[in-house]
Amino acid sequence: MPVIDLERQTVRELNAALHRLVPDTNETLWEVSNSNGKHAIGTGVDAPIEIDINGHVGYYCGGMNKQASIRIHGNAGTGVAENMMSGVVHVMGDASQSAGATGHGGLLIVDGDAAARCGISMKGIDIIVKGSIGAMSAFMAQAGNLVVFGDAGEALGDSIYEATIFVRGKVKSLGADCIEKPMAKEDKARLAALLHRAGVEDANLDEFRMYGSARRLYNFHIDNIASY
Amino acid sequence: MCGIVGLFLKNEQLQPELGEHLSRMLATMSARGPDSAGIAIYGAGADDLIKLTLRAADAAVDRDLARTLGAVLKAPVDLVRRSNHVVVTIPREQQAQALAWLREHHPEIHLVSAGSRMEIYKEVGLPERVADQFSLPAMQGTHGIGHTRMATESAVTTNGAHPFSTGADQCLVHNGSLSNHNAVRRGLKREGFVFETENDSEVAAGYLTWRMREGDSLKQALTSSLVALDGFFTFVVGTRDGFAVLRDPIACKPAILAESDDYVAFGSEFRALSALPGIENARVFEPEPATVYAWERR
Repeated sequence: MPVIDLERQTVRELNAALHRLVPDTNETLWEVSNSNGKHAIGTGVDAPIEIDINGHVGYYCGGMNKQASIRIHGNAGTGVAENMMSGVVHVMGDASQSAGATGHGGLLIVDGDAAARCGISMKGIDIIVKGSIGAMSAFMAQAGNLVVFGDAGEALGDSIYEATIFVRGKVKSLGADCIEKPMAKEDKARLAALLHRAGVEDANLDEFRMYGSARRLYNFHIDNIASY
Repeated sequence: MCGIVGLFLKNEQLQPELGEHLSRMLATMSARGPDSAGIAIYGAGADDLIKLTLRAADAAVDRDLARTLGAVLKAPVDLVRRSNHVVVTIPREQQAQALAWLREHHPEIHLVSAGSRMEIYKEVGLPERVADQFSLPAMQGTHGIGHTRMATESAVTTNGAHPFSTGADQCLVHNGSLSNHNAVRRGLKREGFVFETENDSEVAAGYLTWRMREGDSLKQALTSSLVALDGFFTFVVGTRDGFAVLRDPIACKPAILAESDDYVAFGSEFRALSALPGIENARVFEPEPATVYAWERR
C-alpha cells in the first residue's frame, strides 16, 4: 500500500503519482500522512482507488474527483470535492465553505458541519451533511441532492434550479424562488437511498422537510425535465 | 487576498515562544500576501511608562535621540533598535510632549504605534524576511497579531502595511476591502482623528478606537462596526489585554480558529496553525459570520 508523507514529498508528487494510475491498477489503497492543511490534496484523481488522508486538509481536496473514494480524517478547507464527477469524498470532521461546489456527480459526506455556500451551483452531486450548513447553501443549485441533518443558514437555495434539499433541523430563511415542497413517496424513497449510501439506516424520514425551486425565477419548461 | 495570523496565549509558560510561533505562522501565510508584512506584539510593560514604536531608518540619530529627548523630558529614556524601527520608552504622562518634540526636531521619524505593552513592526517585502529583519522569532509576550499583505485598496508602502494602530495598545489587521471607508473617515475626522494613509483598514481601526474611547468594550465596538462598516472583512484586533475576531455577514474572507487550554490561535488558513504545539488536541473551528469572538486576559 503506497503511503505518502507530505512532510517528505510534495502535494504535486502525490497528485502526479495518483494521475499516473491505470484503470486496472493494483495499487488501490493509498494513505496520506502529515496533510497539515495543505491545498489541492488528491485533486483530479480518475481511478477506482481508496485514499485515506490522516489529518486536516486545505483547499479543494478531492476536487474534480472521478471514481476514487477519499476519506479525510480531519477537517477540510474551502471547496472540498469541488466539481466532483463521481466517487465518494468523506470528511470526518467539518468542512469549510463551498463544499461540493459545482459538483457533477458522486457523493460528498460531511460528518460535522459545513460552512457557507455548501453545494453552491451543484450540478448532480449528492451531498450529505450530518451537522449543520452555513448561509447561502445550494445557491443556484442545478441538480443533485443536498441532505442536512442539522440546521441550514440564511438564504437556503437562493435561485435554485432543479436540485433538491432535505433538511431535518431549522432553516433560518429560504432564498429567492426556493420553497418547501410536500414529500411524496418517491421523494422519501430517494432520501432513504441517499441515507443508505452514507451508511445511515436509523434516521426517521418523516423528520426531514424538502425544499426546491418554485420555478418562477428561471425559464423552466417541462419538456426539459430530462436534462436535470 | 491577505493573510492573517494571531496567537493569544492562555498558558504563561508559552510566553517565551510567542515570537517563534508567530514567525512560523506568518511565513506560512506568505502566499496570501507577499508584498508586505507586519506584526503587533504585546510584551512586557509598565503602567506608568509608554512605548513609542518609531520608524527611524537612520541609526546615527539613536544616541542623540535618547540623550536629547531625555533632557527635554527630564526623565530616563530607554531606546531599543530593531532594524529600521526603534522602541522608545518614556513616562506615560509625557507622551504628548515627546511626540510634539519629535515632530518638530525629527520630522523624518514616523510614529508606528504607542502603548504600554504593544510594539508594531512592519515593512514591505516577503513576510519571512520581514520577520527576520525585526528578530520576531526571539520576541516574547502574551499575544501577537501578524499580517501578510496583498495590496488592493492602496499602494504597497510601509505605511500601508498592517497592523494599523489608532489608539494606545490597540491594533487591527484586515483581510478584505471596505466600500464606505471614505464616508466613515470623514465622520472620524470630525471627531478629531488624524489618518496617515488612504487605507480602508486604517479607517476600521480608527472606528474601533473611537467606539472604545466613547466607552464601548472591544466586543461592543466590534458589534457596532457590523452596522457602520460596509464591505468584506475578516478583522483580528488586539488590545492591551484582549484579542478579538470578526467576519463580515457573508463571511467573504477565510478564517480558522483553534482553541485549547494553552492558547487561542487564528489563521486565514489551517496551514498557518498546523505547527502549533498541541494543535491536534485543540478545538479547530471556523468562526461564524457577523459574530464577535473576544478573549480577555485575566
